[in-house]
Amino acid sequence: MTDSGMPAVPQGVEELDIIGIRHGAFGTTNGGDTSGFGGLVDPIVMPAPATRPFGGWFDEVSDEIELALGAHGLPATQAIEKVVIYRDEITYHVRREHLVAFVTLLRDEPGLRFELCLGVSGVHYPDEARRELHAVYHFLSITHNRRVRVEVSVPDGDAVIPSIVSVYPTCDWHERETWDFFGIEFTGHPALTRMMMPDDWVGHPQRKDYPLGGIPVEYKGGTIPPPDQRRSYN
Amino acid sequence: MSTDNVTFSAQASEESVAGSYDTTEGRIYNVSGGDWDTVSGAPEGEHDRIVVNMGPQHPSTHGVLRLILELDGETVTEARAGIGYLHTGIEKNMEYRSWVQGVTFVTRMDYLTPMYNEAAYCLAVEKALGVTDQIPERANVIRVMMMELNRISSHLVALATGGMELGALTAMEFGFRERELVLDIFEMVSGLRMNSAYVRPGGVAQDLPENGAQKIRDTIPLLRKRLKDTADLLVDNAIWMGRTVDVGYLDLAGCMALGITGPILRSTGLPHDLRKSQPYCGYENYEFDVITKTTADVYGRFLIRIEEMEQSLRIVEQALDKLRPGPVMIEDKKIAWPAQLSIGSDGQGNSPEHIREIMSESMEGLIHHFKLVTEGFRVPAGQVYAAVESPKGELGCHIVSSGGTRPYRVHFRDPSFTNLQATAAMCEGSMISDVIAAVASIDPVMGGVDR
Repeated sequence: MTDSGMPAVPQGVEELDIIGIRHGAFGTTNGGDTSGFGGLVDPIVMPAPATRPFGGWFDEVSDEIELALGAHGLPATQAIEKVVIYRDEITYHVRREHLVAFVTLLRDEPGLRFELCLGVSGVHYPDEARRELHAVYHFLSITHNRRVRVEVSVPDGDAVIPSIVSVYPTCDWHERETWDFFGIEFTGHPALTRMMMPDDWVGHPQRKDYPLGGIPVEYKGGTIPPPDQRRSYN
Repeated sequence: MSTDNVTFSAQASEESVAGSYDTTEGRIYNVSGGDWDTVSGAPEGEHDRIVVNMGPQHPSTHGVLRLILELDGETVTEARAGIGYLHTGIEKNMEYRSWVQGVTFVTRMDYLTPMYNEAAYCLAVEKALGVTDQIPERANVIRVMMMELNRISSHLVALATGGMELGALTAMEFGFRERELVLDIFEMVSGLRMNSAYVRPGGVAQDLPENGAQKIRDTIPLLRKRLKDTADLLVDNAIWMGRTVDVGYLDLAGCMALGITGPILRSTGLPHDLRKSQPYCGYENYEFDVITKTTADVYGRFLIRIEEMEQSLRIVEQALDKLRPGPVMIEDKKIAWPAQLSIGSDGQGNSPEHIREIMSESMEGLIHHFKLVTEGFRVPAGQVYAAVESPKGELGCHIVSSGGTRPYRVHFRDPSFTNLQATAAMCEGSMISDVIAAVASIDPVMGGVDR
C-alpha cells in the first residue's frame, strides 16, 4: 500500500488495471456510520498482465501468434496491448484496429487452429476511463485442445469494433446480442439489428448505467423494495 | 401482380379504414388493416413470392421461435429465425443477487437441462474462487449422475417434441412418459422436478436421501427397457426415415463456421465431446463412448441422441458404483452452506446439528452463518470461463468478478442460441415440411436461446 491508499504496482507491470474503487465495508450509504469502516477505500484491481515465460502451452501459442503477426508485417506489441493469465486461462488484449487480422491468424495458422469461436459478449466497466466497454471473445481449438480469450476495449463515446463475422460467421448473432445489450457497434456486420429486445427499444439494458427496474412488493404489511434498491454488500 | 389488383386493393383499404369518434378521454381513431401493396407498391416482375411468419405461437416451432420463411410454392427460398420472445434478463438479474442465489436463476435458462446450467455456473464460480480441487469426490459423482440423468430427460424431450412435430404422436407420449421417470429421481433428490437449484458453488445443495442411490439403481432397468421401446418405434420406421433421412444437411465445414456443437457436430463424424477432451467433475474416470454418425442429417442426429442415452445410463451405473459416503459440500466454511440436511417435522430440509451449534453453542457460528447467507462470499476480481458438454452442445459460462459478493457480469454461451443460427443453412432450398424436421433436430430450447 502506498500513502494514497492505492496498492503498490508490482515490478514488471506498467500500470494496474483498476476498474473501480470500493468505499466502506457494508455497502450502506444512508445513516450515520458507527462502525468506523465507512472510511475504507479499496481499489478494485483486475489481474495484472503476465510477463514471459507464461508457462505451459501459453508460450507456444504466444510464439506462434508473434511469428504469424510478424510474417504479416505487424509487430506483436502493436496488435497486442497485454497478455493476462489468470486461473490457467490466457487472455490477449488486442487493439481493435488489428482484431480481424488477429482472429484470422487464430483460425488459419496450423500451429493455432482455433476452429471454433464461442461468440462474443460485452462487459461494461463504467469507471475504467477510456476503456469503458470490453468485448470478450472465446476461442476453442479442437485440433490442439486449447482455449484462448481475446478482449478488445473501447471508450464509451467511440464504441466501434470491426466485425469478425467474415472470419467466424457464428459471431453473427453474438455480435447482434452484444450490440443490443451494450451498444457496441460492430462495423462490417451484415445486419446489425437488435437480437433480444424489440427493434424500437431505447437503451442497452446490460450496461451498468441501465437500471434493473422492478416495483416494490407488499406482503403482510411489509414492503420489499425491488432488487436494485435493496440493501446490498459491496 | 396486375395493375387492376393494386387498384382494387387500394380501394378496399380505403374502405376498410374506419373513422374516428370522440370520447370523454379524447378522440379515438380506429385503424384497420390495409393492403401492403398500397403501402409499398406491387413488386414488379416478381410472382407468387410469399413470406410466411411461422410462430412465435405455433405447435411445431419448438417453443416461442418465430421463423420467417420466404416461399416459392412449397420450397423455402429464405429462412430467418426471429428470437427474443422469451428474454427474461437472467444475466442482468444475476448482477443484483449473491453468487449462491445465481444458481436459482441459471437453472431456469434452458429449462430442460437445469443440472447443466447449474453445473456450468458452479464450475465457473469454483474456478474463479480457485477451489476446483477441493470439491468433494461424492459431490462430483452426484453431479455427474444428475447431469447424465438430465441428458436422458433432455434427449427424450427432443425426441418427443421432434416426433410430435413430425406427426409421430406415440413417440411424444413415450418420450414424456419416460422423462417422468427421470424427473421423479430429480424430485426425490432435490425436491423439485425442474428448476431444482441443486448444484451449488462448492458441491450440491444436499446429500442423496436415504435409499436414494438404490432407487436410482432400481429405475435404470425400467428406463433401459423403455428407451429401447422408443428406439424400436422409430429407428427402422419407414415413415420416420422418409421424413428425416437426408433432411437438414449440415457438413463439418458448415458446423465449424457456424460454431455448432453437440449432436449436430457429432452427426458429421467429428467425435468432439468436452467430457472426453476437457473433462470436468471427474469425467475422465468414467468409461463411455462418444457417439458419431457420418450422415450429417436429421436421422443421424436422432440416432446419436438414442445411443447417447444408452451411454448416459452406463455412466449413471458407474457413478452409482463410485458413490462412497462422505461430504457433498466443500470443507471451506467461508463458502459452504450446510448440506447434510434432513427433513424436519415441518417438511422443510434442515440441518439439526448445524442449528444446534449456531443457536446454542457458538455465537461466532451464528454470526458467520448469518453473514454467509445474507451477504454471501466474495470472489476475487478477475474473469474465468467454464464449459460443460450439455445435451445440446457446449454450454459455456463466462463470469467476471470485481471482488464483491455479487457477480459483476455473467454471460452464458448457450448452445441452443448458437445452433439455431444453422436454421438458414439447413432449410433453404428444402420443402417447408423439412423445416420442421431440421429445427426439431437442432433441438433449441427458447429459455436458453433468449435467457
